[in-house]
Amino acid sequence: MATRKSATAASRKKPAEKSGLNGGITEFDKETELEAYREMLLIRRFEEKAGQLYGMGFIGGFCHLYIGQEAVVVGMQMALKDGDQVITGYRDHGHMLATGMEARGVMAELTGRQGGYSRGKGGSMHMFSKDKNFYGGHGIVGAQVSLGTGLAFANKYRGNDNVSVAYFGDGAANQGQVYESFNMAALWKLPVIYIVENNRYAMGTSTARSSAQSNFSLRGNSFGIPGHQVDGMDVRAVHAAAVEAVAHCRSGKGPIILEMLTYRYRGHSMSDPAKYRSKDEVQKMRSEHDPIEQVKARLLELKHASEDDLKAIDKKVRDVVADSADFAQNNPEPDPSELYTDILL
Amino acid sequence: MPIDILMPALSPTMEEGTLSKWLKNEGDSVAAGDVIAEIETDKATMEVEAVDEGKIGKIMIPAGTENVKVNAVIAVLLEEGESASDIGSGKKADPAPAPAEEATEAKPEAAAPVPAAPKAPVENTAAADPSIPDGTEMVATTVREALRDAMAEEMRANEDVFLMGEEVAEYQGAYKISQGLLQEFGARRVVDTPITEHGFTGIGVGAAMAGLRPIVEFMTFNFAMQAIDQIINSAAKTLYMSGGQMGAPIVFRGANGAAARVGAQHSQCYAAWYSHIPGLKVVMPYTAADAKGLLKAAIRDPNPVIFLENEILYGHSFDVPKMDDFVLPIGKARIHKQGKDVTIVSFGIGMNYAVKAVEELSGMGIDVELIDLRTIRPMDLPTVIESVKKTGRLVTVEEGYPQSSVGTEIATRVQQQAFDYLDAPIITIAGKDVPMPYAANLEKLALPNVAEIVDAVKAVTYTA
Ligand SMILES: Cc1ncc(C[n+]2csc(CCOP(=O)(O)OP(=O)(O)O)c2C)c(N)n1
Ligand SMILES: [Mg+2]
Repeated sequence: MATRKSATAASRKKPAEKSGLNGGITEFDKETELEAYREMLLIRRFEEKAGQLYGMGFIGGFCHLYIGQEAVVVGMQMALKDGDQVITGYRDHGHMLATGMEARGVMAELTGRQGGYSRGKGGSMHMFSKDKNFYGGHGIVGAQVSLGTGLAFANKYRGNDNVSVAYFGDGAANQGQVYESFNMAALWKLPVIYIVENNRYAMGTSTARSSAQSNFSLRGNSFGIPGHQVDGMDVRAVHAAAVEAVAHCRSGKGPIILEMLTYRYRGHSMSDPAKYRSKDEVQKMRSEHDPIEQVKARLLELKHASEDDLKAIDKKVRDVVADSADFAQNNPEPDPSELYTDILL
Repeated sequence: MPIDILMPALSPTMEEGTLSKWLKNEGDSVAAGDVIAEIETDKATMEVEAVDEGKIGKIMIPAGTENVKVNAVIAVLLEEGESASDIGSGKKADPAPAPAEEATEAKPEAAAPVPAAPKAPVENTAAADPSIPDGTEMVATTVREALRDAMAEEMRANEDVFLMGEEVAEYQGAYKISQGLLQEFGARRVVDTPITEHGFTGIGVGAAMAGLRPIVEFMTFNFAMQAIDQIINSAAKTLYMSGGQMGAPIVFRGANGAAARVGAQHSQCYAAWYSHIPGLKVVMPYTAADAKGLLKAAIRDPNPVIFLENEILYGHSFDVPKMDDFVLPIGKARIHKQGKDVTIVSFGIGMNYAVKAVEELSGMGIDVELIDLRTIRPMDLPTVIESVKKTGRLVTVEEGYPQSSVGTEIATRVQQQAFDYLDAPIITIAGKDVPMPYAANLEKLALPNVAEIVDAVKAVTYTA
């Protein structure tokens, strides 16, 4: 894992203002640091609970957990403003929580209940919230890249200054429609931020085995789309890159690519034994680069928070998650009449 | 002989145009390639070049004429030694479907007689299943293993056969169908691809055009939608478009239809979709023996074959005869159970429901003849019709969407060919006309079920 932009001990000692750029990382103040901590922890605990509910048979089908990658979506989201749109693939629970969607509604969708964001009809991979500008939740690898480009097209068409953020995996980055979209986005200067969540594997295939050019930040080169590699395990590095990318897009300069170097701790989906990588590899990432532990260490070191403070945050987060799980297990299934609704208007 | 110059079609959609200008006059000599006129189509103004050498004998359509139909005679070209008086004995420059008896005006609507359409080849030339010698050992085998064995046997037999797809090699298949193949055949013949369906499908078809025998695995057929253009426009049509010079001997295989709770984008049956396409064969087995025998046949077939598997059936176990080379004919249905009261036709996972319904019905004294279609295209209609002639009643069962389904196709053809034998309207059972919902209760409602089949059989047999 490249950690070229992660903080040094020295840089941690001088907290700066929230959005300041400093050698590729944003120095977070206490509040921002705590916010990032809470947000990432919520995703982590939520996903752990989803894994449990899956094991208990409350969640069915495919369920892809985001554990390990929390800093990417949290750092990005902190740089967005109201009206900016987000779209991603099927590993989407973290993105939904980060856009402010309610844990209850997400969890109830996972259990296929009427209180879910898609009223139980979409499931883990297909969830949306118009309210929060979250456009899904897509099960077909790569589709969200063109769709996200279309969201940017709409922004440009309307002449507003919103940007769209299209997240996709290292595996998705090889799909043809990604490059068709890159070309048009560059040609028409569309305000879209392409986020490659490079977690090193597409299901069981490592980037080395799937990609002739595995530096995904270079994938826009032939279209003149700038790209940067970012330490996606460090929420401050993500944030710094996000601020830059958002400014680029909002100012009318067209698309930009951010390759987030990240890692998923769990298998691809609940049924993946993940034999294609060593336990050591996973353990090393967890112990040396965990996005949440990094923030926690800084908070403690700078005395922004005590162990007790953090425990209190953890307790609050756990309560939110437990409440969502309760809701999701007890909420009724959709009414049978829902079978035939929402097919056409 | 004078040559007719015809109004050219200048775009694929052009039916008529305006002859805006003549650049040559009567009596002018022209060489091949000379621009003789300008024509305005709906899209552009185009120049018309002379194809033959000669002298403009007569201009039939004056400049400025609108709505000149394609293939109308616009002028007559005289060859050396001919004069205007020869006009009328004109031969048509090809292509020449348009008539031109009268020299004064074109009559394109007087079309040449339509040749009788050639008859489509007779279907179901497929041989019967090979007989299984007495005393052949039957081995309980899962569909999963049967598919793997079929591929392994064909790869051993033919060096040109190779497997490509996502996660087929090192991961041993996303659904473990290709287990052990990488170990036996190596990375040259068991090829992991990136997630680029449209690209690797095209590569597979190209390799097939060059004579290799690719097996392209789609992790599921839902993802083949990324590649459906290469399947239909390249694989299915090349033989025809090349006048028989080259085709694409290729198998596209993978899980098709609903699995369990994977939602709308991952739960679709493509049997009807692909069965629509001339130039494809479409196979959808239910038992492990059929999976093995038909996959081997598909790999040997010189045509593109869509081989639709089912995730739920992968783990089901059936008897498979232990034979050196067990190959089944594509295009032949199998009578799963003989009966006299009513015919049920199904295929693939649909059989799963049908088999249970047949059991229930037999408890009620209704003797069902259950036909497993096995191949959707070419369809073994004779076997179905023979059965309907006996029972007079027909119910079809499938998981796909109801409109333009395989069942509606069967129903149409049966009423055309065996109308007099029917004692009740045909009932077609399919999945509901909705995208697959995720919620457990709704998913159940969206799929066909055993009770529906039982009710349908009761209805066509007029049993209360
Ligand atoms: C078009 C298409 N092909 C294949 C699949 C099956 N599939 C789902 S996720 C996945 C791996 C994607 O990996 P990556 O893009 O790296 O994202 P990650 O899962 O690592 O977040 C595959 C092959 C699919 N859903 N859609
Ligand atoms: Mg990945």
